[in-house]
Amino acid sequence: MLRAVAGLGRLTLSLVAEIGRMLIFTLEVLSHLVRPPFYPREFGQAVLAVGWQSLPVVGLTALFTGGALALQIYAGGARFSAEELVPQIVAVGMVRELGPVLVGLMIAARVTSSIAAEIATMKVTEQIDALVTLSTHPMKYLTLPRVLAAMLTVPVLVAVGDVIGIFGGYVVGTWRLGFNPAGYLKNTVDFLETLDIVSSLAKGAAFGLLAALAGCYFGMRSSRGAQGVGRATKSAVVAASVLILAANFILTEVFFSA
Amino acid sequence: MIRLSGVQKSFGENHVLRGVDLEVGRGESCVVIGGSGTGKSVVLKCILGLVTPDAGTIEVDGQDVTRVSRDPFLARFGMLFQGAALFDSLPVWQNVGFRLLRGEKARPRREARDIAIEKLRRVGLGPEVADRYPAELSGGMQKRVGLARAIAADPEIIFFDEPTTGLDPIMAGVINELIREIVTELGVTAVTITHDMTSVRSIADRVAMLHGGKIRWTGPVSEIDSAGDPYLDQFVQGRAEGPIETLR
Ligand SMILES: Nc1ncnc2c1ncn2[C@@H]1O[C@H](COP(=O)(O)OP(=O)(O)O)[C@@H](O)[C@H]1O
Ligand SMILES: [Mg+2]
Repeated sequence: MLRAVAGLGRLTLSLVAEIGRMLIFTLEVLSHLVRPPFYPREFGQAVLAVGWQSLPVVGLTALFTGGALALQIYAGGARFSAEELVPQIVAVGMVRELGPVLVGLMIAARVTSSIAAEIATMKVTEQIDALVTLSTHPMKYLTLPRVLAAMLTVPVLVAVGDVIGIFGGYVVGTWRLGFNPAGYLKNTVDFLETLDIVSSLAKGAAFGLLAALAGCYFGMRSSRGAQGVGRATKSAVVAASVLILAANFILTEVFFSA
Repeated sequence: MIRLSGVQKSFGENHVLRGVDLEVGRGESCVVIGGSGTGKSVVLKCILGLVTPDAGTIEVDGQDVTRVSRDPFLARFGMLFQGAALFDSLPVWQNVGFRLLRGEKARPRREARDIAIEKLRRVGLGPEVADRYPAELSGGMQKRVGLARAIAADPEIIFFDEPTTGLDPIMAGVINELIREIVTELGVTAVTITHDMTSVRSIADRVAMLHGGKIRWTGPVSEIDSAGDPYLDQFVQGRAEGPIETLR
C-alpha cells in the first residue's frame, strides 16, 4: 500500500518535472522567434509537410464525422421530436468541438510522430551535433520553423475541417434524412456565431503549437539507438494527444463558460 | 593551440574521461588511438562544446572554450563525425556546402555548389553524386561526403573521427593522403581518431593513446614502435595478449 503511494508520488513528481522542462523548452523556442537568423526555406517546407500534406486526412476525417454526427443527432433528436435541429447541432458540434479536436488529434498522429521520429533520428545519428558544429542552432533550424508552421497552418486545417464536416452533415441530411438543401444551409449559417469560429481557429493554433512542440521536445531528448527513436515518437504522440485534449477543455471553459 | 588539462566526463555511472591532458600544436597532425568505447569521440565533442566536461579546462589559442563566442569559434572548425552524420533531408552538395549557404559569409547557391563539387572531387567523388541524397550512398561514400563537408569552408582546425573505417584499403589510402595533404599544404591543425595503424603511420606527427580515461602515452609517431609502453605495444601490434583487458 505504502509502496503504491510512493510510486504514485514519484510518478507525479516526474510528470511535474517533465511539464516544467517542456515549459522551459517552449520559452526557449519562442525566444528564437525574435532573434535572427531565420530559415524561411525550412519554414516553407514545414508548412507543406504540416498543412498541405495533412489536407486529405483532415478532409476525410471531417467528412465522415460530420455525416455520422448528422445521423446520430437525427436519431437522438427524434426521441424528443427535435430532429429538425440537425443542421444547427452539426454546425456547432463541428465548429466548436469536433473540428478542432479531430484535426488536432490527426495532427498529433501524423505530424507529431513524424517530427519526433525525424528529430530523434537526427539526434541519434549525430546530425544535431553536426548542425551545431556548422554554426546552426538546432532550435532555430529545426524547432522554430516546425512550431511556427504548425501554429499558422493548423487553424487553416481546422477551418477546412469545419467546412467539410458541415458539408458531410449536409450530404447526409439532404440525401438520407430528407432535409431541404437551401433550408439546411440557411439554418447552419444563421446559427453559427463569430465566437464559434474564433474559438475554433484559436483552438487550432493552440493544438498546432502543442503538437509540434511535443514532437520537437521528445525528439531532441531522445536517448540513443533505434529504441530511443521509437520511445521518443511514442511519448511525443501520447503527450501531444493528452495535451491537446486538456487544452481543448481549458479553451472551451475560457470561451463558453460565461 | 589546443590544450586539454584534467578533463573529466561521466555519463551516469560510466566514468569515461578521468583526467585527460593533451596538447596539440598549430599545424600539427595528432592522432588519437585507443580501444573502442574508451571515449575518443567524447574528447573531440568536449573540445567542440557538444559535450560539457564535468571537470578540467579546454583552451584553444589560450582561450577557455566555454567563454568564447560560439559562432566565430565553431567557424574555425571542421568535423567529420564517426557515422558521417549527413543531413538526410538535403542532397549531397547542400550537405557539403551547408556552411557556405548560411550565415554571415553565405555565398550564392551557384558558387556554393561549385565549391561543393570541387571538394567532392578531392575526396574521390564525381559530380554525379552531388544531387543524390545521403541515403542513396554506400557507407564509404557517406564518409567521404562527410569529409568533404568538414573541409568545405577551409577551416583552421579539423577533427576526423575514424575517417577510414568502413573504406576499402585503396580508398583508405586516398583519404590518408588527403588528410596528410591538407595538413602539410594548408597548415591545418588536425586531430584524427583511428584504429587503423596504417592511417596512424601516414597521417600522424604525434600519437596519443587514450586508455582508462587518460592519455596513456603520447609522443612522435617515429617512437611508437620503440616506446616500450606495454599498452601501446599491444595496441600497435594488435595482440590479444597484453595488459589491455579483452573480453572473450
Ligand atoms: N551522449 C552520451 N550519453 C551517454 N553515454 C555516452 C554518450 N556519448 C558517449 N557515451 C559513452 O561514452 C563511452 C565512450 O564513447 P565514445 O567516445 O563514442 O567511444 P570511442 O572511443 O569508441 O569513440 C561509451 O561507453 C559510450 O557509451
Ligand atoms: Mg568514436
